[in-house]
Amino acid sequence: MPLPETDPGRQFRLELRGISKSYPAVRANDRIDLTVAPGEIHAVVGENGAGKSTLMKIIYGMVRPDAGDVLWNGRETQISSPAEAQRLGIGMVFQHFALFDTLTVAENIALALPEKLPLKAVAARIVEVASRYGLPVDPGRHIYTMSVGERQRVEIIRSLLQKPGLLIMDEPTSVLTPQAVDTLFVTLRELAADGCSILYISHKLDEIRALCERATILRGGKVTGVCDPRRESSNAMARMMIGADIQAISSARTVSAGSERLAIHNLSLPASDPFGTTLSDISLSIRGGEVLGIAGVSGNGQQELLAALSGETMFADPQVITIDGKPAANLDPRQRRAIGLSSVPEDRLGRGAIPSLPLSENALLTNGGPDSVRGGFIRLDKVKAFAERCIAEFGVRGGTADSPAGSLSGGNLQKFIVGREILQAPGVLVVAQPTWGVDIGAAIAIRQAILDLRAKGAAVLVISEELDELFEIADRIAVIASGRLSPSVPRGRFDRDAIGLAMSGQFAAASNRSEASRVHSV
Amino acid sequence: MGFDLLPILLSTLIAGTPLVYAGLGELITERAGVLNMGVEGTMVTGAVVAFAVALTTGNLWLGVLAAMAAGALLSLLFAVLAISFRANQLAVGLAMTIFGTGLGSYLGRPYVGMALVQDATQAGGGLAQLPVIGPLFSAVHPLIWLSWILFAAVWYFLARSRAGLALRAVGEAPTSAHAIGYPVVRIRYWATLFGGAMSGIAGAYMSTVYASLWTEGLIAGRGWIAVALVVFATWRPERCIAGAYLFGGATMAQLFAQSAGIGLPSELMSALPYLATIVVLVLISRDASLMRLSVPASLGKPFNPQG
Ligand SMILES: Nc1ncnc2c1ncn2[C@@H]1O[C@H](COP(=O)(O)OP(=O)(O)OP(=O)(O)O)[C@@H](O)[C@H]1O
Ligand SMILES: [Mg+2]
Repeated sequence: MPLPETDPGRQFRLELRGISKSYPAVRANDRIDLTVAPGEIHAVVGENGAGKSTLMKIIYGMVRPDAGDVLWNGRETQISSPAEAQRLGIGMVFQHFALFDTLTVAENIALALPEKLPLKAVAARIVEVASRYGLPVDPGRHIYTMSVGERQRVEIIRSLLQKPGLLIMDEPTSVLTPQAVDTLFVTLRELAADGCSILYISHKLDEIRALCERATILRGGKVTGVCDPRRESSNAMARMMIGADIQAISSARTVSAGSERLAIHNLSLPASDPFGTTLSDISLSIRGGEVLGIAGVSGNGQQELLAALSGETMFADPQVITIDGKPAANLDPRQRRAIGLSSVPEDRLGRGAIPSLPLSENALLTNGGPDSVRGGFIRLDKVKAFAERCIAEFGVRGGTADSPAGSLSGGNLQKFIVGREILQAPGVLVVAQPTWGVDIGAAIAIRQAILDLRAKGAAVLVISEELDELFEIADRIAVIASGRLSPSVPRGRFDRDAIGLAMSGQFAAASNRSEASRVHSV
Repeated sequence: MGFDLLPILLSTLIAGTPLVYAGLGELITERAGVLNMGVEGTMVTGAVVAFAVALTTGNLWLGVLAAMAAGALLSLLFAVLAISFRANQLAVGLAMTIFGTGLGSYLGRPYVGMALVQDATQAGGGLAQLPVIGPLFSAVHPLIWLSWILFAAVWYFLARSRAGLALRAVGEAPTSAHAIGYPVVRIRYWATLFGGAMSGIAGAYMSTVYASLWTEGLIAGRGWIAVALVVFATWRPERCIAGAYLFGGATMAQLFAQSAGIGLPSELMSALPYLATIVVLVLISRDASLMRLSVPASLGKPFNPQG
């Protein structure tokens, strides 16, 4: 049990005094003070680019601060490398993961364990722990075959198995399902009761209010307040974070009357590797002015479906996918873009952007039309102007058109790659996890932009694990489970429990249920 | 045809062994994400140093040890420039080849034309007296069967040991390895030094066992074949040793073909390893997932622990 705040004899597990860190473009941390007591679950919140990840990396020894002191259990300590942080008992879940693609889950986790167990024993422990924590993973799988949601589970399991004294979690639930989050919270509370301190970063204020007993709020690299999130409303906290009230989404919910813009006809696709998901007999159709949401636990075929739609996977039979009536399944991604389909992949630092290239060149990658390239020559001024428009209209902070994509904070990069596609005004937009790691203000802006695109007559397909998000913007929701797609449910009949059931693969039970609830509500 | 199989096998072993050493050494270096193109130069220096030491001391093994040390020293220079100062690995590697080759011919000048006289049956020491397997040790030079032990050790290290897993992790994603607490720079240094020492042995083998003399041009591109061999082997030790004997056999087949009166252009035979490597590269590049699983992802990319 944490002691009362005023106890003079109390010793903090971690204390930061006046931590500052500047990057060429921004002052990421500006004289930050922070204390964490043993067994305390402490939230760090703030908008994208506020400096949260930078501060965590400083505690973990990945980034050296320009000024300030770190006190560990009351003693001044220089944490100069992650190895040193681990020796002190600090573990971390990274926002952009620190996994090895070509190694298996068991190997990834074995590498991080202090004791050297044989791989078989590690695998057995993963299986045992995974079911207890509600984070199912297969220890034999290679990371590169996994979706971001599954990778996040591996990161979390790895950090929990390290039994740290201070656990830093940088947006650990950004792509987890609500059920997994609930179980995770039970685990984290147990850990805290055993004396483990937790630094918890999230943009989901409900989570913070459910889990954390203290919150430090950052804005522009400075601490703007410390509060007890259980006693504040989400709105009050949001105001402290962004310095203004959050606006609700405005959407004129007109019934869509457009013609069919995107259709999939009986798409089946065997898994390309032994751990992939086989897509079986998927059909869907989206009209202009309509948003179809696809819900589901990550790893149930979303990646494969996205690859099939974007053109990463091509089909021999062109009729399987039609865009505005044109057969498109045999086209590559560039050809599909040319006839009006844009897509936003789920992993922003790999498929979505090239970290070492500046934003302007990253924008050129998907916007290589006649506007930006003429006669084989790049029109640098146009490309730059376009990148600047993405930055301005989607509120990307902490970077200019010349900043490398990798230097942006996670949420800001996400805004950029979503903005890049939406600003090209595509006829069909396919987007996965559109607001992954984006702060509340920006999430609203992105959802609004999707709805504005819809109002202009575009067909939008949103693949997301966040039900709330889908409920907010989708006109219809379908559920993907084990590579099969359920029939879609229109907006008036959205039912959280039915969709939850369908996500576990019980389509029949789910539709019975939603029938029943309809009878009730009549 | 009336070829006798045994001499062909033996000469394949003899010609393939330097490639086994240099190839396995470079393979370990590259699995840690470091591309050291200086193998050829390291082999030249190793050859000269081994020859000089063996000639003056009369002890082959002192020569081999000295060559290992010289190879490790050259690769230490490489490591300081390419790992610590993060200079371009390709450029530094090529410079090391030019430097090592020049250094070798400078150091070797007094020894040109001298011959190393040694009793092959003595190299194996008392082992040749063993019952049953004894003859094996007198027929096959110890550096040859030591290379099999090296292979077994490298295979076990990469496939089974925790340290090997860490090495592969560093080559795959140095940033992640650093993030979970591994000393990336130190691991890369050790891998590079190991590769250099093995190239040194490969050179020593050439001057003291294969030829028993030193001339300029003794190494004759075998260092480059070793670099190509690692790609050919898709970074797997078992394929590396097979490829070494394949390429070694090819050079010998050329001699046998000539003596049997089959006229094959010798240029074609010496180009064979490179051609085979290009074919393998094309084959694995066609399969994206094979490529991703084979190539150490950070190969040739410098790593900065300060972010
Ligand atoms: N390596 C770097 N080089 C240059 N600038 C950087 C670097 N890392 C971070 N920054 C800048 O520092 C600021 C703070 O970034 P940080 O990643 O800490 O934000 P954050 O609060 O974690 O945001 P998010 O919620 O989007 O993850 C950003 O403006 C970012 O552009
Ligand atoms: Mg962050």
